[in-house]
Amino acid sequence: MNLSKAKFWGYKRENGRIGVRNHVIILPVDDLANAACEAVANNIKGAMALPHPYGRLQFGADLDLHFRTLIGTGSNPNVAAVVVIGIEEEWTKKVVDGIAKTGKPVCGFGIEQHGDHDTIMRASKAAKQYVQWASELKREERPLKDLWVSTKCGESDTTSGCGANPTVGNAFDKMYPHKVTLCFGETTEITGGEHLVAARCRTPAVRKQFMAMFDRYQEVINLHKTSDLMDSQPTKGNILGGLTTIEEKALGNIQKIGRKCLVDGVVDKAETPSGPGLWFMDSSSAAAEMVTLLAAAGFVVHLFPTGQGNVIGNPILPVIKLSANPRTVRTMSEHIDVDVSGLLRREMTQDEAGDALLDCMFRTANGRLTAAEALGHREFVLTRLYESA
Amino acid sequence: MIHFVVHDEHDSVGVVVVEGVKSGQQLTGWIMDQDKEIKVRAQNDIPIGHKLAIQKLKANDTVIKYGVDIGRTVAPIKVGEHAHVHNIKTKRW
Repeated sequence: MNLSKAKFWGYKRENGRIGVRNHVIILPVDDLANAACEAVANNIKGAMALPHPYGRLQFGADLDLHFRTLIGTGSNPNVAAVVVIGIEEEWTKKVVDGIAKTGKPVCGFGIEQHGDHDTIMRASKAAKQYVQWASELKREERPLKDLWVSTKCGESDTTSGCGANPTVGNAFDKMYPHKVTLCFGETTEITGGEHLVAARCRTPAVRKQFMAMFDRYQEVINLHKTSDLMDSQPTKGNILGGLTTIEEKALGNIQKIGRKCLVDGVVDKAETPSGPGLWFMDSSSAAAEMVTLLAAAGFVVHLFPTGQGNVIGNPILPVIKLSANPRTVRTMSEHIDVDVSGLLRREMTQDEAGDALLDCMFRTANGRLTAAEALGHREFVLTRLYESA
Repeated sequence: MIHFVVHDEHDSVGVVVVEGVKSGQQLTGWIMDQDKEIKVRAQNDIPIGHKLAIQKLKANDTVIKYGVDIGRTVAPIKVGEHAHVHNIKTKRW
């Protein structure tokens, strides 16, 4: 597929970023605000609540990450407007002010001294205005470089490394020369292939930053492990699917960055890249956690290869699933957007598989719902760094 | 018909990509990087996605896949034998 003139239809936001969805979200600052947010989303059709269990008594880097993830989620160009609700005025305002920097419509409500009823009424009035305003926004044709594309795989098996992950790699290799902003991560899941990623870093400085992130995460594992992690990384599903060691899983995982593109930089969790190219995000390898961080970093479409059949979605980031496992595409067909099992029967080339994925990516960007969106998968999972105070 | 795939011709293992492989079955493998075919007789029933050895391995040998070290054997493995967590372990963690 020649991508030099490739275009998609997206929503241009106030800050110039392009979204492929037009969500109005009701965003809780904390667990206590979930009920009010869900009530508002129930009152106002077309508004979506993003409940989550955190946001109280966090501090330091963990609190910074909490705010960065919430503000990033609201700032994502797939979101047209945001209503923020928190128990306290002050932290609510912090999230509102962070999202307001994008120029998009956003307002906030603190529950204390008002109660749920009054808060829900006022927030519902704001959400109704936003939904009606957003419903009149039009898509416009945009060049491929305006699309920010992330990847992360899940419930991998050996077919991931042979088929689905190299398909993402093929698509990344094709998009990279066109100045698309791309991202991968899963820091522990590079264990055994870290030298291969390090060799792909564009500069010695990027290599040093990548290895520092890699080494730090290894220390976390070594500090807390009670075994060789054979119960969790690889997961029981990975092992059932035939993956034996973390090294094998890692070598399959890094097929997703293709063979040509270079790692241009690294970002912390939920941090927004500063330019086009391929970025490494220091992150957990748990699917919903990482996809939530990628959405908060500003990615608008996600390529998700699976072997055994992960069902994950995200509230604001369309997650496109592909699999090369013929059993999975048969038994879990409702979850699979792109079937690349033909690769392992030699009925499909890697180039054809990459094109099939890109075709689905453009259709998704233009508005086609993914399997995960149609099935209502909205996993919104915040990463925690340590205990609350 | 392809029963298993191998990434690189120097790999010690291949991946079964069809369902229902039975012990004693003659299998055809496709080495993807060099685009070659090889034949191996399965020594066990091997589920789809699971590996079989395409080279004879002694205990404590390094297992190669993608042309890279993926761990060590903890028991000898014959050509065509199921290669998984019962006879291969990580060298990390």
